[in-house]
Amino acid sequence: MTVQELPGAAAYRPTPPPAWKPLTDPAPLLPDPEPFRVLGTDAAAGVDPELLLRLYAELVRGRRYNAQATALTKQGRLAVYPSSTGQEACEIAAALVLEDRDWLFPSYRDTLAAVARGLDPVEALTLLRGDRHTGYDPREHRIAPLCTPLATQLPHAVGLAHAARLKGDDVVALAMVGDGGTSEGDFHEALNFAAVWRAPVVFLVQNNGFAISVPLAKQTAAPSLAHKAVGYGMPGRLVDGNDAAAVHQVLSEAVARARRGEGPTLVEAVTYRMEAHTNADDATRYRGDGDVEAWRAHDPIRLLERELTGRGLLDEDGIGTVREAAERMAEGLREQMNADPVLDPMDLFAHVYEEQTGQLREQAARLRGELEAEQESGAEEGR
Amino acid sequence: MSTAAATAGVRTGRARPATMAQALGRALRDSMAADPTVHVLGEDVGTLGGVFRVTDGLAKEFGDDRCTDTPLAEAGILGAAVGMAMYGLRPVVEMQFDAFAYPAFEQLISHVAKMRNRTAGAMPLPITVRVPYGGGIGGVEHHSDSSEAYYMATPGLHVVMPATVEDAYGLLRESIASDDPVVFLEPKRLYWSKADWSPDAPAPVEPIGRAVVRRPGRSATLITYGPSLPVCLEAAEAATAEGWDLEVVDLRSLVPFDDETVAASVRRTGRAVVVHESSGFGGPGGEIAARVTERCFHHLEAPVLRVAGFDIPYPPPMQERHHLPGVDRVLDAVARLQWEAES
Repeated sequence: MTVQELPGAAAYRPTPPPAWKPLTDPAPLLPDPEPFRVLGTDAAAGVDPELLLRLYAELVRGRRYNAQATALTKQGRLAVYPSSTGQEACEIAAALVLEDRDWLFPSYRDTLAAVARGLDPVEALTLLRGDRHTGYDPREHRIAPLCTPLATQLPHAVGLAHAARLKGDDVVALAMVGDGGTSEGDFHEALNFAAVWRAPVVFLVQNNGFAISVPLAKQTAAPSLAHKAVGYGMPGRLVDGNDAAAVHQVLSEAVARARRGEGPTLVEAVTYRMEAHTNADDATRYRGDGDVEAWRAHDPIRLLERELTGRGLLDEDGIGTVREAAERMAEGLREQMNADPVLDPMDLFAHVYEEQTGQLREQAARLRGELEAEQESGAEEGR
Repeated sequence: MSTAAATAGVRTGRARPATMAQALGRALRDSMAADPTVHVLGEDVGTLGGVFRVTDGLAKEFGDDRCTDTPLAEAGILGAAVGMAMYGLRPVVEMQFDAFAYPAFEQLISHVAKMRNRTAGAMPLPITVRVPYGGGIGGVEHHSDSSEAYYMATPGLHVVMPATVEDAYGLLRESIASDDPVVFLEPKRLYWSKADWSPDAPAPVEPIGRAVVRRPGRSATLITYGPSLPVCLEAAEAATAEGWDLEVVDLRSLVPFDDETVAASVRRTGRAVVVHESSGFGGPGGEIAARVTERCFHHLEAPVLRVAGFDIPYPPPMQERHHLPGVDRVLDAVARLQWEAES
């Protein structure tokens, strides 16, 4: 039987495909092979000194926050803390490029970005402290809950940005993910949706070299993670993640592009995780001290400090003032975290559904009974 | 009757034969017309109107922005719906076929089910996930799964399964209006079942979570839902010849579970059989039998029995009739309820 004899063949008329044309010249989609840098180059002179000073103060405060939170894990005040020491430039720039109406979609390592966006330092640690999952109202701060599963918050950012545009709102979503997260299916699906919908989203990959212990070379065969953008039809940008001015500029351009309705951008910030994955991890098993030392020479705070002092914008007094402010923040954090949170066990049943199901009402009653019995026996012992 | 004629019929306001698929489509249409934040998205839901035509006409009436053909990616579809709901929209997602929903499980379980809880009530997600589900339509593998046990084992989700044309409309309207996420399981083989139904004066449906007695009886209760309801009603009719007067309870939702209606029925009849298509081991029937036993132990004249699909991967279409619980298997279980006589 030939094709013509098949039932329904009349409707089946293969036509030659139209001449293939790429949607757009792929060249501008490709990132430069060298990460974009500002500090230490001529371009630095063009950056607003106030912005540089603000970035510096936030970086120092962020570093102090990381140190204090790590110390709190050792005192048992935090269940876990994934430090972003060394990555502060990415964290701070992500927070500072956004307008109030924009949304931030952080991963579990991005506490600093949330704090720099204005979240209370203690509320930002609620998840890691272990008293409840999200310590803040995401709508109030326009910060999505810190996301523990990898890359699953990226499609949320796309959906939110898409919804905002459908409503006619001038809102951009910035979503943060690590190098390991780029291997997840949700990363792919989110980028594809964003490009097809031309959603006003910026994806920031913080490539800090390791996904727990697995180095980038075992994570991807791509020349860079920014190259992944090309396949989706969006621009990819490669930036020095320790150069706060460069990250700020690249993200600002991407946000502006999204706001103009020109669609998403993928930004890869090349940085380094100076501490272990979390306090529960032993980084000496998978990397040498030499690597860490080499990156210390390229420390984001040191880079910025050198720029600012070299141009006479910052002196020892100025540095002292910034450090003092950071110290006060750490003191406050310590004090507040040392107070035991007051937890209500009945909250366990409060927010599963809008209205409790019959089975949850029964279980809540059982727990209430147990608590009352506990209290009574406690009172008797105390007598 | 052609689809066009049926649609013309249901729009006159008089009760005319309408299919479950049409009632579902009408529920989507009416929800979208009533609330501009309701958005439908999924693969093929736009131009094609869905592979089962449930979303037929929605893109034309409400535009591509309200009824959107998405890229083929279930995690992306549901993940985007999460973000849309975070921004105040009310997304209704179609998963096309039961087993196609599995790539979206992480989004469903880690985010959709938990967002209200994670944010202490600050961010509920009013998402409806429509899943054409179950067998009996001759589908090849991955087109006939009954996945309700996975969903009901996840706190934070409602799990709703209509079995009649009226319920298809009413429960879908209720689900879309709910501020909690709902997994809405549409029994594929009942898509073309018909009832006299008027979309302009639809019979009111109780809020999700209420079971209903579809057939009153005195000698035993058949507890069922979705695609197994017609099987149970037929079995109940057939059983009258043997002197059995069977009551049939249609659960309509597994979460919330209506303990009161079920227990009241079993206390009246003293005997119960749970009937569903999905596998018995680890399936909904075990949970239901346990709940009935805990509440009705002193009223029971016999153990609660289960009639379920076999504990096998869903079989190929030429074999599916052996797997699906039919009238005879239900009647056989009813016969086994004569416990005292046997022991």
